[in-house]
Amino acid sequence: MNDFIFFFNQVIIGGAVLGSIYALGAIGVTLIFGILRFAHFAHGDMMTMGAFFAFVLAGLFAGMGIVTPVPTGFLVLPIAMVIAAAAAVGIDKGFYAPLRARGARPVTLLIASIGVTMMIQGLIRLFFGVETRTFFATEPKGLIRIELPFEGVTRPISFTEPQVYLIVLTLIAVVALHVFLTRSRLGKGMRAMADNPDLAQVSGINTRLVVRVTWIIAGGLACMAGTMLALDVTLKPDLAFNIILPIFAAAIVGGLGQAYGAIAGGFLIGFAETLAVFNWSVLLRPFRDSLPEWFEIPGSLSLVQSEYKLTVAFIILVVVLLVRPTGIFKGAST
Amino acid sequence: MTQRYLVAFGGLFVLIIGVGMLMGAPFTVRLMVEAFAFALIAMGLNIQWGFGGLFNFGILGMLMVGGFAVTFISYPINPDFWGSGGPAMLGRTLIAAAIGAVLIVMAHRVQRLGITGKWRATVIVIAWFVAYIIFRSQMDPAARLIISEAGWVGGLGLPVVLGWAFGGVLAAIVAFFVGKVSLGLRTDYLAIATIGIAEILRAVIKNVEWLTRGTLTVSPIPWPVPDPLAFQAMGATPVESFIYARAGYLALVVAVVALALWLIHRAYMGPWGRMMRAIRDNHIAAGSMGKDVKGRQLEIFVFGSVLMGIGGAILVSFVQIFDPSSYQPIHHTFLIWVMLIVGGSGNNFGALFGGLFIYIIWILSEPLAQALFMVTSGFSEDMGWGAIPDIEARSVQMRVFVLGLVISIALRFAPRGLLPEVIKRHD
Amino acid sequence: MSLVELRDVTAGYGGAPILNGVNIEIDASDIGVIVGPNGAGKSTTLKAIFGLLTVTSGTVTFADKNITNSDADRLVPLGLSFVPQEHNVFTSMSVHENLEMGAFIRRDDISDTLDEVYEMFPDLKAKRRQHAGELSGGQRQMVAMGRALMSKPKLLMLDEPSAGLSPRYMMEIFEQVVKINARGVGILMVEQNARQALGFATKGFVLANGQNRFTGTGQQLLDDPDVAKSFLGG
Repeated sequence: MNDFIFFFNQVIIGGAVLGSIYALGAIGVTLIFGILRFAHFAHGDMMTMGAFFAFVLAGLFAGMGIVTPVPTGFLVLPIAMVIAAAAAVGIDKGFYAPLRARGARPVTLLIASIGVTMMIQGLIRLFFGVETRTFFATEPKGLIRIELPFEGVTRPISFTEPQVYLIVLTLIAVVALHVFLTRSRLGKGMRAMADNPDLAQVSGINTRLVVRVTWIIAGGLACMAGTMLALDVTLKPDLAFNIILPIFAAAIVGGLGQAYGAIAGGFLIGFAETLAVFNWSVLLRPFRDSLPEWFEIPGSLSLVQSEYKLTVAFIILVVVLLVRPTGIFKGAST
Repeated sequence: MTQRYLVAFGGLFVLIIGVGMLMGAPFTVRLMVEAFAFALIAMGLNIQWGFGGLFNFGILGMLMVGGFAVTFISYPINPDFWGSGGPAMLGRTLIAAAIGAVLIVMAHRVQRLGITGKWRATVIVIAWFVAYIIFRSQMDPAARLIISEAGWVGGLGLPVVLGWAFGGVLAAIVAFFVGKVSLGLRTDYLAIATIGIAEILRAVIKNVEWLTRGTLTVSPIPWPVPDPLAFQAMGATPVESFIYARAGYLALVVAVVALALWLIHRAYMGPWGRMMRAIRDNHIAAGSMGKDVKGRQLEIFVFGSVLMGIGGAILVSFVQIFDPSSYQPIHHTFLIWVMLIVGGSGNNFGALFGGLFIYIIWILSEPLAQALFMVTSGFSEDMGWGAIPDIEARSVQMRVFVLGLVISIALRFAPRGLLPEVIKRHD
Repeated sequence: MSLVELRDVTAGYGGAPILNGVNIEIDASDIGVIVGPNGAGKSTTLKAIFGLLTVTSGTVTFADKNITNSDADRLVPLGLSFVPQEHNVFTSMSVHENLEMGAFIRRDDISDTLDEVYEMFPDLKAKRRQHAGELSGGQRQMVAMGRALMSKPKLLMLDEPSAGLSPRYMMEIFEQVVKINARGVGILMVEQNARQALGFATKGFVLANGQNRFTGTGQQLLDDPDVAKSFLGG
């Protein structure tokens, strides 16, 4: 039983946390692709940038002596998201909109997003240096342990307080997005534009407004994902740059342009990573006595070594691209 | 048009002389060696993107492959490895890999037995899984043995220039397989696929410690020309020895670049180049006229990667250390894209110019930013606001920002680059 | 006062112009039909009115307002509506949502207009929850026309509404066009089935090589032996 709790802690909780982050990032990537038709490589850095906004705000709050039972990082999240959304709209106005106005091809926008990546990375390091920071320098990181009332069970189910907030907030964000896309006029306009941009224009849908809303949502969710990732682990300048590819993997697995696919893809990649590096011999140990004698349980029985954890996402990405480039759920039309 | 070239390359020359006077000769010659190596890589990307319209975001992978190749070829032989059971175990691993490959090929052909659709897919997945298990069952003990008894396999102790050539060959082999599986994809998917494959390559090269020493790094890798120590042994002062040795290296690199430039230029002006442009500008029309579009694209992807592999090898043997963890997408993929876009995609001389110019800017941004910070810091101290902390660490980061700004400005105001593609019309 | 008027319009996609001085005038009570051989610039004329390509000379006026080269999303609020020939529904959205998108510019209650459209095309009401991409060609054309009507247009422009449809659907679409016109909506349409369309047209325009060849009422054009010989296949 202890071994199963170990499995639960490692794979289920770990995968859900990772999957939440990937899903939030992938929604932004997939919305931008759906509306503007380009792969936005600077998305990871928008996540990091959002996390730094939250970090600065949390510092200000702490300086003002505001202490609540909620970790300050989560408390400032709404404000940071507003700032990040504004920054995303500004980045679009400054760097992408002029190229679109010229009628540039999507690939030019992709290259432009590399420029934006480099500028954001440069600026973050310029202002904050390269060191690793934590949101929990002044307050404790709550640890939750649930002891199971079974005989012989000594290992508790354990997770941290930020992880609880993280998963709950992701669920709220996903439900809110669903309501927005299916109930509101603007949300439906967004889906219409992703479906058929020319017809959307002919129908009188204000495409400039839709583009702005797309950046607001993508920027806000990126900030949310980045901050929560930093709250779960630590805050580094290359925090999200390293996970931009799993995020793309999630968006592609779900079918680029499809918001629900991105959510499913995010969790799929998250669980695939934790499952692939999990040492399966742990689960065989309880059956030690019932196994034949010649069978010796190896010390390590994981699918891949933990150094290759991120590689799992890339392999899924490449395989999906080659076998079903339109995503595993439903073919996106472009 | 000629005037534009004169201004560009003349300006570059003046810039280099200026750098030389400001920073000293040893620094400048080092800068030029690296700049020419990057120019070679940018020319490789120009073949892929400028001529072929193939988006490659996995340049980093090709550079690592080239770097590994020259390390393996030119580093001295490791007698511990050859005296251990390692070679035999590696032989068995090779056999295991071959068995796995046969299994996979057989699984792909099961439709001949009447197994099709979902069942065939299932068989293929199982075959891959079994092949993977077979391979790992031999690979893991071999790797453990080599690491414990010999550290790693070591090199072959062959001439460095041969290592450069092998860098090109190995990159070509890798590019062939990468291209074979991914070139059918649309541009943005191709970008993501290539960056994904490059990251897989990076993870593998970084972690196969028995073959590459991974994060432990390999050094010193020998030079193809007499190194500074050789000149010092002949009585040169340290500064002189650096200048002579690096100048010798520079001459060799410039020769390689010139040769590559000449070969590409000839090919591009000929019928081969015309066909390439036709495919890039309208691959559907080219395909309907009976051109083998896929085959030609694969060709171009491989050719471009050869230059990248050689460039990667030149860079590694110059710094004399192969450190897989030093490879970063910004430095080894995006930087080269900036070079090509700013220089002029589709134009060999644009790639050459962009490579040299952007590398100089990239390197100079740091001291320039530092100077700028010093002035600002002094000013703010005078005003009583205190000095700027960590100026040195921050200056290094300035160059990433500067590069991002440069490519943004270029895309906005000179989207075809400083030396644009010359479009010839034959009608 | 004419509803829409094109005066000597020259337009193209940047290369050689496709329209070389086209003149068209439609009143709110008119059903205008543009016919002509392939490549004559029929669809281009509609696109030029809707600002989807650049008018290089000449003027387009709508209800006495100069709308030459206006963006499409400014024209819809003025009362223009356009049904493209292809890709004219949002395939991943339900029929109902497609109609809602037609009313995107409206801030008032759209339920009356919705009822009107469903009354006009009863087939759609039954399929209102279905994705437009799952419908047949004729039903899609109805969704497209319904979507265009949702903005309460003064002028409805249709690009080959009967293309690829069975005769049954073609007749139904044409019947609805006449009914829509009877409610005071001006119609300007491009048609390949020239004989049928000119039969109910109040104004007909024969274009060739981007210029007007013949203009008259639908019946006049049908009776004109030159038109019949050159453009209506004898």
